[in-house]
Amino acid sequence: MADLEFQIPKYREYPEVPVLQPGAMAHSHPHVASEKIQEAIGFQGKLDDDWQITHDKAIAKFGELLGKYRSLKVFMDACVHCGSCTDKCHYFIGTSDPKNMPVARQELMRSVYRRYFTFAGKLFPGLVGAKDLTRELLDEWYSYFWQCSECRRCSVFCPYGIDTAEVTMAARHILDTVGYGQKYSNEIIGKVYKIGNNLGLPGPALEDTLQGLEEDVKEDTGVDVKYPLDVQGAEVLLVTPSADFFAEPHIESLIGYGKVFHAAGISWTLSSHASEAGNFGLFNGSYETMRKVAMRIREAALELGVKRIVVGECGHAWRVAYAFWNTLNGVGAGGNDPFSIELQKQLDPRYPQPSHICEFTWDLIQQGRLKFDKEANDHRVITFHDSCNVARASRMGGYPGGQFEIPRNIIKAVANKFVDMAPETIREVTYCCGGGGGILTDELIEARIKGAFPRMEALQQVVERHGVNFMATICAICKAQFTKVLPYYGFNMRLVGGVHQLVSTAIRLGNEH
Amino acid sequence: MTTFFAILFYLAFAILVVGLAYKIYDFARTPAPLSIPTTPAPTTTAGVAFRLAREVVLFESLFKGNLWIWLFGWMFHMGLFLVLIRHLRYFISDVPAWLVFIQPFGKYAAFMMVAGLAGLWARRFLVERIRYITTPSDHLWLVVLIGIGITGAGMTFVSHVDVVAVKAFFLGLMRFDIQPLPDHPALYIHLILVALLMILFPFSKLLHAPGVFFSPTRNQADTPREKRHLAPWAAQIEKS
Ligand code: SF4
Ligand code: SF4
Repeated sequence: MADLEFQIPKYREYPEVPVLQPGAMAHSHPHVASEKIQEAIGFQGKLDDDWQITHDKAIAKFGELLGKYRSLKVFMDACVHCGSCTDKCHYFIGTSDPKNMPVARQELMRSVYRRYFTFAGKLFPGLVGAKDLTRELLDEWYSYFWQCSECRRCSVFCPYGIDTAEVTMAARHILDTVGYGQKYSNEIIGKVYKIGNNLGLPGPALEDTLQGLEEDVKEDTGVDVKYPLDVQGAEVLLVTPSADFFAEPHIESLIGYGKVFHAAGISWTLSSHASEAGNFGLFNGSYETMRKVAMRIREAALELGVKRIVVGECGHAWRVAYAFWNTLNGVGAGGNDPFSIELQKQLDPRYPQPSHICEFTWDLIQQGRLKFDKEANDHRVITFHDSCNVARASRMGGYPGGQFEIPRNIIKAVANKFVDMAPETIREVTYCCGGGGGILTDELIEARIKGAFPRMEALQQVVERHGVNFMATICAICKAQFTKVLPYYGFNMRLVGGVHQLVSTAIRLGNEH
Repeated sequence: MTTFFAILFYLAFAILVVGLAYKIYDFARTPAPLSIPTTPAPTTTAGVAFRLAREVVLFESLFKGNLWIWLFGWMFHMGLFLVLIRHLRYFISDVPAWLVFIQPFGKYAAFMMVAGLAGLWARRFLVERIRYITTPSDHLWLVVLIGIGITGAGMTFVSHVDVVAVKAFFLGLMRFDIQPLPDHPALYIHLILVALLMILFPFSKLLHAPGVFFSPTRNQADTPREKRHLAPWAAQIEKS
């Protein structure tokens, strides 16, 4: 790791708040999307040469969003600068940059809001901290709104529930609108539009991969576990992050899903049209983008005639699926308009739509339809990393907090050794992996490593005290981020894996097929 | 002076009511296009009401966030609340028994209020990261509120004012029959600051008071799979 130009934070004896280092991360920003990338997804290609035009467009968009999103409007008005959120962001803890304090991040936008949309800011800008939108300020937006993983940890501690993720999304939407997009996210959205998944994996390649998987599993277990694609009339459509198709350790979980379907004898399929669960529309903040990406799942479900839709191990995808699909694409219940009725008539109302793969598996376990050899996981001492989008923005099961219990229940059902990390770092106050929200790109590695710091500290504790050697998680971004970042903190990258990887290890397949 | 204060209070009251009503209308008419409660969130409307009540009365999230801010913030708000109730006596001609009963609590609550404010203000100087996020108007509000608290408590405990006359003045205001206001410097400062607070309320961060009830992360039930959640502007997209 000698090639890094920055210091990796040192483990602290007590979790004291860092001393502020103004500007410490001002240099950090992602690559700007090219004109081609921007235009492919319907945004302006690049910034206008004339600043005044950019300025006016940005303010106009800001005004539009204020009228469309109550969250933004209330959040711009309600903050009292109490400071409760100041020390809650993993990027602040890891970087010491005061602009990574959630309230200061919001203030980059709020100062503009005051200046253009409030009396106080128009009349007494100095008094209330209102600022003109300048090119420099827009650049600061570009730096600091791309150092927020939209993890919502700060929102838990705010007396008004002010959610920086909403503010970040609005800022990024404005940036996209004026032609100042982020290459990584927007390129991926372009691929989804064109091919159906984040990796740009075409149908035939997908088929090859799945065939290879079947052979591997057969060799491994002697059982013909199927990984079907585009099967008309299957009971379940599984939508999973495309990283599951080829990346390690993600693929181990995909193998696990297949084994669960096999063991329970439930027919299922993947779709080449909607192979991807990830929805980066959440990261660029555009409702329209998010809707367009989500529509593929609707189309695939209607075309294949499935009864249930299950989502694989992906954090933000699960947020979008759980919380937004019903609204965006009609997967859910309770809609009484023609659009949603069409799909809701087809889906089986006895199951939550969509379901998370963990809900699906846990349901089968409770029914006694799956059997495990728990000892098969005895070489592992397991801890669980709650992914932020699952923990703070979605649910599983029929009761609040099911998203914490169900994955842990599964782990305990398939393995003997489980310990939790410190309570102030898990469940609804879990620390982000540091790579969520569209940050998972090489040029942001400094923010990613530093942002992972609080999670690494908590992990270090259980490694030391309990010999933990496996951190299970149910998010593709967490998995990718940790495999990259763990070595910088002295851990083996193989320490991270999926919950269904553990299921896969312990499940009894029987000989029937 | 009496006329000045009469006009001032009519004006302040009008601005407060109209401004606040407009803001609340503005919050209410702005759609919330997506379901975004911060989980674990209640799944029923009653659960949401209970969650909001805990936020408003106990400052639950702030309690989780920072004990010092919570302590000072809670002292200030609860003190203010008691003081405000106590002040009802200036607006009701026959003071009911319960209001008489809480008078002593209301009186001493002023100290709690000022102590809380002092604590919050101290943090703005002493804690580096709080200092960083403080704007001049944050200081100003603390000055105004502390000023109101000190002048108010001063009139109760140090240099008494003719409260009967003050009451007559406010009752008169309500009946459009202006009565003379006693001549007392602390009272003047007190009333000017209160009027200032009322006038600036709808244009300032004091909007957190109505805002908390409109915050989607706190006021939504967690039922997106059971209920479709379509905003009018989003429904338009479906038609195209
Ligand atoms: S990264 Fe998370 S904690 Fe930090 S500002 Fe963004 S939403 Fe808040
Ligand atoms: S906790 Fe909420 S009100 Fe307090 S400073 Fe942060 S965003 Fe503002």
